[in-house]
Amino acid sequence: MPAHLSARLRSLLLSLFLIAFALPAFAGPFEDAVAKFANDDFSDTEEAIGAVASSGNPLALPIISALQDGRLMADPDSKKVYVTGADGKSIDAATGQPVTSIPDSASAVRLNNRLRRSVDAAVGGLTLQSPDVGTRLQAAQSVFKSHEETALEAVDGALAKETNRSVKAALGEARAAILLFKSDATEVEKLEAVATLKARGDQEALALLTGMGDQPASVTKAAASAIGSIQSSLAVWSMVQNAWYGLSLGSVLLLAAIGLAITFGVMGVINMAHGEMVMIGAYTTFVVQEVIRTRYPALFDYSLLIAVPLAFLVAGAIGVLIERSIIRFLYGRPLETLLATWGLSLVLQQAVRTMFGPTNREVGNPSWMSGAFELGQITITYNRLWILCFTLAVFAILLAMLRYTALGLEMRAVTQNRRMAASMGIATSRVDALTFGLGSGIAGIAGVALSQIDNVSPNLGQSYIIDSFMVVVFGGVGNLWGTLVGAFTLGIANKFLEPVAGAVLGKIAILVLIILFIQKRPRGLFALKGRAVEA
Amino acid sequence: MLSKSTHDIAASFSRRGVLAATAGLMLGLASLTGAKAADDTIKVGVLHSLSGTMAISETTLKDTILFLIDEQNKKGGVLGKKLEAVVVDPASNWPLFAEKARELITKDKVAVVFGCWTSVSRKSVLPVFKELNNILFYPVQYEGEESERNVFYTGAAPNQQAIPAVDYLMKEEKVKRWVLAGTDYVYPRTTNKILEAYLKSKGVAQEDIMINYTPFGHSDWQTIVADIKKFGSAGKKTAVVSTINGDANVPFYKELGNQGIKAKDIPVVAFSVGEEELAGIDTKPLVGHLAAWNYFQSIKTKDGSNEKFIKDWQAYTKNPKRVTNDPMEAHVIGFNMWVKAVEKVKSTDPDKVIDALPGIEAPNLTGGVSKMLPNHHITKPVFIGEIKGNGQFDVVWKTPGLVAGDAWSKELDGSKDLIGDWVGKKCGNFNTKTNKCLGSGS
Repeated sequence: MPAHLSARLRSLLLSLFLIAFALPAFAGPFEDAVAKFANDDFSDTEEAIGAVASSGNPLALPIISALQDGRLMADPDSKKVYVTGADGKSIDAATGQPVTSIPDSASAVRLNNRLRRSVDAAVGGLTLQSPDVGTRLQAAQSVFKSHEETALEAVDGALAKETNRSVKAALGEARAAILLFKSDATEVEKLEAVATLKARGDQEALALLTGMGDQPASVTKAAASAIGSIQSSLAVWSMVQNAWYGLSLGSVLLLAAIGLAITFGVMGVINMAHGEMVMIGAYTTFVVQEVIRTRYPALFDYSLLIAVPLAFLVAGAIGVLIERSIIRFLYGRPLETLLATWGLSLVLQQAVRTMFGPTNREVGNPSWMSGAFELGQITITYNRLWILCFTLAVFAILLAMLRYTALGLEMRAVTQNRRMAASMGIATSRVDALTFGLGSGIAGIAGVALSQIDNVSPNLGQSYIIDSFMVVVFGGVGNLWGTLVGAFTLGIANKFLEPVAGAVLGKIAILVLIILFIQKRPRGLFALKGRAVEA
Repeated sequence: MLSKSTHDIAASFSRRGVLAATAGLMLGLASLTGAKAADDTIKVGVLHSLSGTMAISETTLKDTILFLIDEQNKKGGVLGKKLEAVVVDPASNWPLFAEKARELITKDKVAVVFGCWTSVSRKSVLPVFKELNNILFYPVQYEGEESERNVFYTGAAPNQQAIPAVDYLMKEEKVKRWVLAGTDYVYPRTTNKILEAYLKSKGVAQEDIMINYTPFGHSDWQTIVADIKKFGSAGKKTAVVSTINGDANVPFYKELGNQGIKAKDIPVVAFSVGEEELAGIDTKPLVGHLAAWNYFQSIKTKDGSNEKFIKDWQAYTKNPKRVTNDPMEAHVIGFNMWVKAVEKVKSTDPDKVIDALPGIEAPNLTGGVSKMLPNHHITKPVFIGEIKGNGQFDVVWKTPGLVAGDAWSKELDGSKDLIGDWVGKKCGNFNTKTNKCLGSGS
């Protein structure tokens, strides 16, 4: 978006150069207002925004939008203000004349949150009749947010000319918001406004209706019924939202646990270093992004796709190494395995801390994973949605692999009956190493996804290890489907408990429920049956 | 099989025995030579976690003290002796803090200790410092309600950070509705109790305050961010006061950015998020969110002291991008105060230094001069900064002068009559109503 916005601004600026040449240079109220930007005082800047926006001067929009993007430069010594364009060319904000260079003492005009709101409102008012549909829609939305009476005329003017349906609706809502707060609006106008807002039916409409203050009795009554109907529809949506959050949390749990479902669930190794494999995957993503940032910045959006196979290989290789050097000597001795892998997890953490430093590393979100979209009245963030899809894909691939490939068959054979498998000519120790490597590699892949929502620090893995064990044990050791169902059940239960009990109590409640459940069904949701269990 | 393994164990034991004996001998020799060396150096203890959860924040403070000692030694040390750092790693393990503190004081005979970050680690070492009578400089903003003879608090008390931040939001942003979000432990809970009392005293109704706690390292913020959004849509200007600590901040800010909560709609003011914490996030979606501190790296000073400090620090760490932050500045002030006090009494004897410290002044890095108060807290300026796109802060407001740190909050019923005064009253919790010292044990 910034790229095409700046392109638009550039063409806008260019056309304004032409207009600006035609204007005679004189010191009037507009020039005085512009000079106030140079005072570096928030209240002066606010006055300047108001005066420039209402001046009707064609330079108003370039000045205010430059202010919005931090491109409005002011020189405190000469009190001159300049607009710098995206192409590096600059104009004098007061006259519109191009200037060759800006003095070094000039710096960008500073904003605070209050000013940002005024700037948004001003840009909204100025771009209501922009030729671009997206800009007009944005303008209507920012007028809706600020709902200042002064914008009413501009909204009415724009509404008369508007042909696009969604922009028209947005303008209508903006008009309603203004009328609701306008003291001299008629009762009929206000009732209409309440009806429009009721139709909009979201939290912002609710905010306007609850905060509208003293109104005629009929309006208050209509508003109360509108508030009631919005609230009840929002309550339904909030259930949907909880379910979505539960799915999303479940997908994160599943992703973290799925590797453990292999090393612990299938092989029976109590692998406390599982979380560190996740961390190694996350650091692999960081390294990939660093290389891309410095060498091939254009590839940034693909960084995760590149990181996934690399993380699998790195974590998988480390997994094989661990199995060959430590774990294979400890099969059948769970206590020693637990201690050895726990020690190993500390070693790995400290190794990463020494190599990359103790502080968090920045892993960026590619553009397709940032932001959110609205579905009805709930907000769905892209990163969570992609992680859910990714998790299900990983799960499906893993399942297919275990079921349909020779390696998968060998893995199942070895874990179900080692001696029989060995008698059939399967190299069991090789299969052990590969299985452990597979589990670790999948943990590495999980790290790539988790780097998008969590800290990339040496402690990343620690926060997931308990949850992962919980999911695997709850779902039933040795059963991948159990892990899937277990993860989503825990995720959804957690998210429905959280609004009621709070995050801390919610987590405790889940733990208590699991303890009770394990008492009742020690083998988890989906217990393996048959002789494999006894082995 | 069994006999073989027992034999192995026995063998390894005897081998280990020899090793241990040799090591002991070497240690003995080392401590002999060490004792000799100790005569011409003054030892300074550094008690910061270099591993575990808190390593992310505390490692920098260890480096800061090493840097300050290096600078001081270049100037000729203190009392004609070089300073020597003794660094230990309490590994984010609270009981280990007490053990390591004891080791520093009894074994290494340090003259002073700079250390701790979390309040629980400070509480854990307190008895050790009292028993062995040594000095601790504590550099982090904390919940107050404490004034100990052996501890000097160079970080902000609640009235030097939390209260001014809330004042700013009330006046400048006209905030009417408040979300107090924090991690579930002593600092956020006490701070929020103080803030709740303060807000109510300013006429904010109970239903306009939402308090929310999350566990350490909380990573799934979807529900809470959605709740904040909902709470903010009641037609009144809403702000979030965040005492969320440590690692949990990154996913929290990421979720805020992704769900589109902009600072201009619902600003978040944080007390535990500084330059160091922002280093792990893309701050562009966070522009305009606030933090309250007594120091920001971006502050320009007339005498250039901050600029010089940043330059020297980056040169020392050989990293031109290394950031500076508020607890670092607290260590700078504390260290310089200690040096001045030692030079004043010409001794590193803890009793003499403790008595000399109140009243000592040292320049802070923002162009002012901080002073150690009788309650062992210091005077500091308070700044409100807005997050910028480059991970730094832009100061949008500051207190007109320096604010004196209150050991005991004036907002809480239990502590509003208490003062700490180690000069006149020789008491950390003197009740001005009853004119009595409550004594230790609190």
